[in-house]
Amino acid sequence: MQTKKIINDGNRAVDEMLEGILAAHPRHLKSVDGSPRSIIARDGPRQGKVGLVIGGGSGHEPSFLGFVGKGLADAAAIGNVFASPPPDPILECAKAVSGGAGVLFMYGNYAGDVMNFDMAAEMAAMDDIEVRTVLSTDDVASAPRDQRHKRRGVAGNFFIFKAAGAACDRMLSFDECERVAGKANDHTFTMGVALSPCSLPQTRRPNFEIGPDEMEIGMGIHGEPGIAREKLKTADEITDEMLDRILDEMAPARGDKVAVLVNSLGSTPLMELYIMNRRVKQRLDEIGVSIHASWVGNYCTSLEMAGASITLHRLDGELQTMLDHPCDCAMFRAG
Amino acid sequence: MTTIDTARLVAMFAAIATAMSADRDRLCALDGVIGDADHGIAMELGFSAARDAVAALDTEATDPTTLLNTAAKSFLNAVGASSGPLYATAFMRAAAAVKGKTTLDDADVVTLFQAMAKGIQDRGKAEPGEKTMIDAWAPAAQAAGEALTSGKDLAGSLEAAAQAANAGAEATKSMVATKGRASRLGERSLGHMDPGAASAVTVIEAMRVALTT
Repeated sequence: MQTKKIINDGNRAVDEMLEGILAAHPRHLKSVDGSPRSIIARDGPRQGKVGLVIGGGSGHEPSFLGFVGKGLADAAAIGNVFASPPPDPILECAKAVSGGAGVLFMYGNYAGDVMNFDMAAEMAAMDDIEVRTVLSTDDVASAPRDQRHKRRGVAGNFFIFKAAGAACDRMLSFDECERVAGKANDHTFTMGVALSPCSLPQTRRPNFEIGPDEMEIGMGIHGEPGIAREKLKTADEITDEMLDRILDEMAPARGDKVAVLVNSLGSTPLMELYIMNRRVKQRLDEIGVSIHASWVGNYCTSLEMAGASITLHRLDGELQTMLDHPCDCAMFRAG
Repeated sequence: MTTIDTARLVAMFAAIATAMSADRDRLCALDGVIGDADHGIAMELGFSAARDAVAALDTEATDPTTLLNTAAKSFLNAVGASSGPLYATAFMRAAAAVKGKTTLDDADVVTLFQAMAKGIQDRGKAEPGEKTMIDAWAPAAQAAGEALTSGKDLAGSLEAAAQAANAGAEATKSMVATKGRASRLGERSLGHMDPGAASAVTVIEAMRVALTT
């Protein structure tokens, strides 16, 4: 049985979505001439500023192109559904946003993305554009603590890109932008839970099997298997299980400040996200950790997957300044 | 002795694309068990793009190197993902390995084949035993070389390659993934064939049939 989707042609889904996005956000976004999968900010790239190029597969909207705009990313390279973009559109993004101060590539740590972005970086070097890369590795469930560099990048991209985008917009040096980006990654921890699968537009088949009364803790945003398959529990129990792992690693001290992201994987509604967020607040209150800001909604989705992720971003003075720095993107505004 | 010209290579890409379309759903299902369920889509898309790009070339005026580079670039730009850089590098290395030749003899084709395997290994930085497509490609390339050295013709050499690829893909079932997306699974990847190795078998078998029958 095929899943139900509102599409015309599975193979055209990404390009038709991009046409719709450009139609909806003409004030913020445009594509590079001759490279429709390279989406750049109308306002943002400028001389002397470090350029920030993000990107990855489609199917995670509003990631990644929703975070393109003044104060955040200068461009996003768009791949097929759940597949890294090839080097060409990434290179076109780098060229379009280069202001002579270097270009930062930021994306989630996946083998395919690393190969394609690295090839693009080599090609950019031939055009005399210096590229440096900061990978996001916020998914606590995806590798042991001592192998943080092997972890996937998931919804915590939101905070990591936000910090880096602010550093670039504040005209910090290439070294400083790279340092802030890496630090933001080190301060960001995400855990996900999946309740039901998603299906790719080309196959319209569920991409994994899960029982009607089951959930999978730690599942990735492409349906990669997680840490444990369990019976579905209450919102408080699920939130506790996720937070326990995050807090165990983040090890916050009483008086620390965090930013919170409770993110839907696609079809889990705001009602359930806010129920989870209520529990997050209770737990952080109990340990004396204050919440500087919260975001609850769809920030890094996995098509129509049911489930959610919780991200905590531990703030210090510098990261708080970056988080509070204004940005004006197609699908996100702050400050 | 077989002589492979540009037109035969165009036919080879058409054959791989056909095989990949037929295999798409099986590969997606394999990938769904240990990855993100899109491997069959990427492979079908990539080889369809390569087939179309090389079919548009003037075979009379195109040497094998140009054809293979055209295939590499079209595959890469259609796909991205992991398979894009891996197969694009394979075909670029194959192109370099037969540079200057207008037709290919048995030894040239085996050299081309070995260059593909080396390209995949260099780009993906995987070693045999890590549950990736290299577990099919590396033994296949070795078997093809050994068969040719022992006096087999192209058909015999690619037959040896296809058998070795198949055995290598089967062996991935008992491996724990340490590279690529499935590596986050650890022991849970045991018992499942690596989708990249499975698709490699399909590619190699389609190449064998297209070049030797």
